[in-house]
Amino acid sequence: MKQGLAAAWLIARKDLRTEFRTRDTINASVSFALVVLMLFSFAFDLGREEFYDISGGLLWLVYTFAGALIVNRSFVREVPNDCIDILIASPMPAWALFLGKVVAGFTLLMIVELVSLPVFGLFNNIIWLPTFWPQLGVMLLASWGIAVTGVAFSAITVNVRLRELMLPVLHYPLLVPLLIGAMQISTVLLKGQATDIFQELRIVIVFDLIFTSLALYLIEFILVS
Amino acid sequence: MSAIAADRVWKYFGDFPALRGATLEAPKGACLALLGRNGAGKTTLLRILANLSRPSKGEVRVFGESATDEKVRARIGYLGHGIGVYDDLSAFENLVLFGQLMNVRDTKAAANAALERVGLTRVRDGFAREFSRGMRQRLAIARAFIHNPEIVLLDEPFTSLDDRAIAVLHGLLRDALTQGATIVMSTHQIREAMELATQVALLERGKIVHSGPRTDEMLADPGWLYRTYEQERQQ
Repeated sequence: MKQGLAAAWLIARKDLRTEFRTRDTINASVSFALVVLMLFSFAFDLGREEFYDISGGLLWLVYTFAGALIVNRSFVREVPNDCIDILIASPMPAWALFLGKVVAGFTLLMIVELVSLPVFGLFNNIIWLPTFWPQLGVMLLASWGIAVTGVAFSAITVNVRLRELMLPVLHYPLLVPLLIGAMQISTVLLKGQATDIFQELRIVIVFDLIFTSLALYLIEFILVS
Repeated sequence: MSAIAADRVWKYFGDFPALRGATLEAPKGACLALLGRNGAGKTTLLRILANLSRPSKGEVRVFGESATDEKVRARIGYLGHGIGVYDDLSAFENLVLFGQLMNVRDTKAAANAALERVGLTRVRDGFAREFSRGMRQRLAIARAFIHNPEIVLLDEPFTSLDDRAIAVLHGLLRDALTQGATIVMSTHQIREAMELATQVALLERGKIVHSGPRTDEMLADPGWLYRTYEQERQQ
């Protein structure tokens, strides 16, 4: 277990190091998020209160699409030079490889979200600072779910020829319950309502638990054909 | 006990049997050359030995243990078709990473020693993407040997290597054999393989049709085994 966690950390560190060197996906993801957030501010001709009503939905749409650019490339970056073979042949357990990839994808996704949130507030005149900490909690929980499922599908489709087309078809439908929960919680938080969000929070947490356990259990079957 | 053994291994890709009950055994300290024409199943068998693929039927044992065992995998070095190094890491970073993954104790010292063995010390901090093809191949060889593996699995190791990389690989393989390691290599470069091989296996359409010690005839005439098998088959 301890060795597996150490190996997961090695993989996460390697992925983050190579990503910060090349900035391939983080630049694309941040640029995409900022452009879409800016377009949203022009696209909707709504009153301030009405915009608050859809704010959580808009935010999570941006996070999901921007996040997909990051997590879906998790295993693709192992394809050049057949590095994936060396990782699978190593004594590292498959779950450690998966966990390392999820941690790296999750970290990058959080960076994109933390950059996007103030920009979203600025362009759309949304006051987000007073509820930042609970909002961060939702971001952490829902982003973990996006990262886990995205990396799992990245592993499934790594050898598929049309993987760029396959991934959204597989990934987005699965995210629906998670996103419904996250959107509703974020909207409530941004509106500053004292509504009970326990039900939505439970959906997000249960989603994370189910898919993390499932992916960790199945990843060996997925990776070793 | 054999170092590595495949027992009646079958592998299907869809309905197509790439391996048909392949049985193979490499004693400890042997160098087994896995020969066969394109599509005979050499790469499929090597990938199963390296735990990169699961057999549809049959089993693979490494030092008597299952090939899927994590401790067993730490004793195997694998050099496949790809070089298996990261372009955006330096040569040193690549070797340290793979050393850590292979549970090497002092990874920095091992990485430096490996770089010296393959003649890449001067460019240790250069990114792999900046290397020439020959340098990348030598880095891949260093990566495969960084943990002094007891079993070395090589898939077409001499293909597209430059002269220097061939010499480096030959030297490392000879050293490994001297230290008691077991080598299994698939190859079309029969002459190079025969110089090292102590055992030879011939694969034909997923079946091992010949297995035995390397003889002087094989060394003197690289085509001897193929011709002899062909004659026997026609009779």
